[in-house]
Amino acid sequence: MVLKLSDYKTEVHNDWCPGCGDFGIVNAIQMALAEMNIPKHKAAIFSGIGCSGKTSHFINTYGVHTLHGRVLTFAQGAKIANPEMTIVAAGGDGDGLGIGAGHFVAAGRRNVDLTYIIFDNGVYGLTKGQASPTLKLGEKTKSLPTPNTNYNVNPIGLAVASGFTFVARGYSYDVRHLKDLIIAAINHKGLAFLDVLQPCPTYNDINTRDWYAGTEPTDDSAIQTHARLYKLEDTGYDPVVHYSEEAELNEKLSQALIKSLEWGDKIPLGIFYKNEIITEYGRRLADKIPNYLENPPVMQKISSNGKPITDISKLLDSLQV
Amino acid sequence: MANVDISWQIGGPQGSGVETAANIFSRVCARAGYQVFGKREFYSNIKGEHSYFTVRVSDKKIHSNVNDVTVMVAFDAETIFRHADELVSGGAIIYDSDIENIETKDVHTLDAYFRSRLHKYLDTKKKNYTVSGLLDLIKENGVNLYPVSFRGILDGLAKDTNNPKLKGMIRMFNVLGVSISLGLLHMSSKQLFESIELIFGKKQKIAEINKQLANYAYNYATAKFPNFKHSLAEISKQSDTILIQGHQGTAFGKMICGCRFQAYYPITPASDESVFLESHEILEINEDRPGSTVVIQTEDEISAIGMTIGSALTGTRSSTSTSGPGFSLMSESLGWAGINEVPVVITLYQRSGPSTGLPTRHGQEDLMFAINAGHGEFPKIVYASGDIEESFYDTSKCFNFSDIFQVPVIHMMDKFLASSVVTCKRLDPTKLKIERGKLLDKIDTNDYKRFAHTEDGISPRSKLGLENGIFWNTGDESDEFGHITEDPVVRLQMMDKRLSRFSQILKDIPKEDQVVSSGTQEYTIVSWGSTKGPILDAIDMLKKENINVGFLQIKLLYPFPTDLVKSFLKNVKTIIDIEANATGQLGLLLKQNLGREIDHHVLKYTGRAMTCTEIYDSIKKILANKEQKKVILTHGA
Repeated sequence: MVLKLSDYKTEVHNDWCPGCGDFGIVNAIQMALAEMNIPKHKAAIFSGIGCSGKTSHFINTYGVHTLHGRVLTFAQGAKIANPEMTIVAAGGDGDGLGIGAGHFVAAGRRNVDLTYIIFDNGVYGLTKGQASPTLKLGEKTKSLPTPNTNYNVNPIGLAVASGFTFVARGYSYDVRHLKDLIIAAINHKGLAFLDVLQPCPTYNDINTRDWYAGTEPTDDSAIQTHARLYKLEDTGYDPVVHYSEEAELNEKLSQALIKSLEWGDKIPLGIFYKNEIITEYGRRLADKIPNYLENPPVMQKISSNGKPITDISKLLDSLQV
Repeated sequence: MANVDISWQIGGPQGSGVETAANIFSRVCARAGYQVFGKREFYSNIKGEHSYFTVRVSDKKIHSNVNDVTVMVAFDAETIFRHADELVSGGAIIYDSDIENIETKDVHTLDAYFRSRLHKYLDTKKKNYTVSGLLDLIKENGVNLYPVSFRGILDGLAKDTNNPKLKGMIRMFNVLGVSISLGLLHMSSKQLFESIELIFGKKQKIAEINKQLANYAYNYATAKFPNFKHSLAEISKQSDTILIQGHQGTAFGKMICGCRFQAYYPITPASDESVFLESHEILEINEDRPGSTVVIQTEDEISAIGMTIGSALTGTRSSTSTSGPGFSLMSESLGWAGINEVPVVITLYQRSGPSTGLPTRHGQEDLMFAINAGHGEFPKIVYASGDIEESFYDTSKCFNFSDIFQVPVIHMMDKFLASSVVTCKRLDPTKLKIERGKLLDKIDTNDYKRFAHTEDGISPRSKLGLENGIFWNTGDESDEFGHITEDPVVRLQMMDKRLSRFSQILKDIPKEDQVVSSGTQEYTIVSWGSTKGPILDAIDMLKKENINVGFLQIKLLYPFPTDLVKSFLKNVKTIIDIEANATGQLGLLLKQNLGREIDHHVLKYTGRAMTCTEIYDSIKKILANKEQKKVILTHGA
């Protein structure tokens, strides 16, 4: 059965602020699922807490709205138990890089085959605009009493350093490009990270839609405005690790790190790094449990007529005196 | 024949093979037909600090340790300094004669607090602060001294076998100590060699050398110390007996009942269970392809429970295993499992708190915490096992409860259970049932609602991946679909739906699984968890003096089976609450739920498990002086 975009939408009332960047991300996820024609029951959206946490309720697949910072833990558990599911995890930058930063790093090391999207807007919106981990040092968004005293996290750099095997950045107002990135992320065999720049129209009065477009009003008429965002794919940038060679791997990692530092006048979008040579977690499990992929936890028969069918007699024999 | 009841103890620095020695000793005795109860005590340390293992051996069923030690093996001075006074008159100490002149100040792991107490004690007895000083003292108390030059034995063996390398192999002092003990106790050498073979089985060369040494040391002891009055002759073995370690009960339970996912973060004393599960991750399944337990070591306990819940949402039986500090981190997610009615099992191996507390020592301090863990009000089950054998069957029950009532279950275990090695009847999986409640395998209609209101308040449960079974979960209050709502009417309905689980649980869990009564008497003990063993043994000791004391073991602690406990206690005049904590937490629960005061508390919070001797003594004390409201137990180094 071919599914339409509308099949992936729920009727739940969306209470995000008018003009919120989150809308574009939800649309892009729905478009990606429709284009890939993933059966609704074979996909699950896991989300964290905050405005972005509500994402799972707007998408007509399994939806698991978890806890602040913990979305990756729930999502990985589900994927490992049922590898047939297409799993997309979503959360804010405070969720994933503040309270959940430990899980972010650990997830990278594991490389479970799922997609993690961070709605990156520099503020904690739902609690009225406090500084979040991606806000730059010294910046003072609208509702901050004083400028931010913390240095910012570099999400792309952290993902690359943590072992994520697909690292990309999208922009919530470029929905088609974002949709393509989400499809690439889902198709990637391993843990994919998408940093999505998502202006918060209510609390982030610095990184606004106009600012990204380079058309923000300025007092200095001498400054020529230009779009800050550009696409890596338009520059001939090759993010892919092609060979199992340390030299190439290091080059691709370094290149991604260097690119991740670009900010201000030129902000790259697109795929920074992609490595399918590093095995995803399910394959690693299959190395020690040979039939894991054919017979994962969710497939296993555990009883027959209400009686257990696991045979531990050999183990008990070894304890017999 | 006379009753055999011997307590054997071996001590030494951590990493010196104390555990292996105890393992050999326990196995030999069990194979010779005896019941065995062993317990390990150790510091939070990798190498060097003092650890010891006490193995009680009897020809009848035993459930705990006693205070007295019959035979002690010491290949270091610290063991003598710390434990010599536990030896009973007529008992024996086998020790390395090379350590006689060691002074307390030479033993750097002997902490200042203990040293100063020991010095005071030795001062009152007018003895030197040396090994000899203590040995003199216990000799005066009727203990037999058996000095053996451990190095001398190695030298002798090296000469006999023409293998000079053996001279320096002090790593084998442990096997040497066991072998001499067994020679002294007139145990058959056949069992000794076979047990060594079994334990070192995979390392044939090492097994061979150890067997040579065992043979030499055993013969040395039988020739040199032939007249020790205690004896462990082979007796007829009860069929179907196994020798099992603490963490194996819950691990086997998980394998059998179909738990196929366990996430954990390393913590003492819980991680042994997870490591055991992973070591045996591939499972044999009757008439099917092999199964497996996927064991994931996570970055922290928050992740462990998050992954466990994620896995449970797929319909996979899933669990995590932890101790107090880890459980503290899990409590937020526990509430999420509660509001979303996700069946997960948390095996909680308690240890001494608060905070890091005594990280390798025993305690039953987390009862109130387990009951109250997580903010807000939601149903859960707190269930406690009394011994290792019980923990196997209970693990399976916990998963059934969790599936049937769609609630998280906290299965209370503890360090005492975890570091015990005991004989018990071979575990019988055929006794178990697997009940998955309202978990669905197929949905044909397209109007599924995960939290649909039903007559009994429990909704049919879909799982991630099931066609037509799409649902939403959220930590927010939600409607029947699982979508967020703040509507006051829906809120009320949903709270009532979830909380109706409490009465359901009390109604549907069989009474014999809620409370186990060994008969009530005018004086009746109430307790929970691992105190069961020493209580049962103490009751036996009292019975021999025609003192009858009742015992209620409460297994279902939350929701509390108030009516059931009330009916058991209605003719009981005096309640004695026995627990390994300082505040008498079960006592508080009884007071809160039954409105009844506890007459006497017997409490222990030194971090060491109770012995039956201590409980016996405390009951006698209470019977002699009814004013004694509280007895605090302190035995154990």
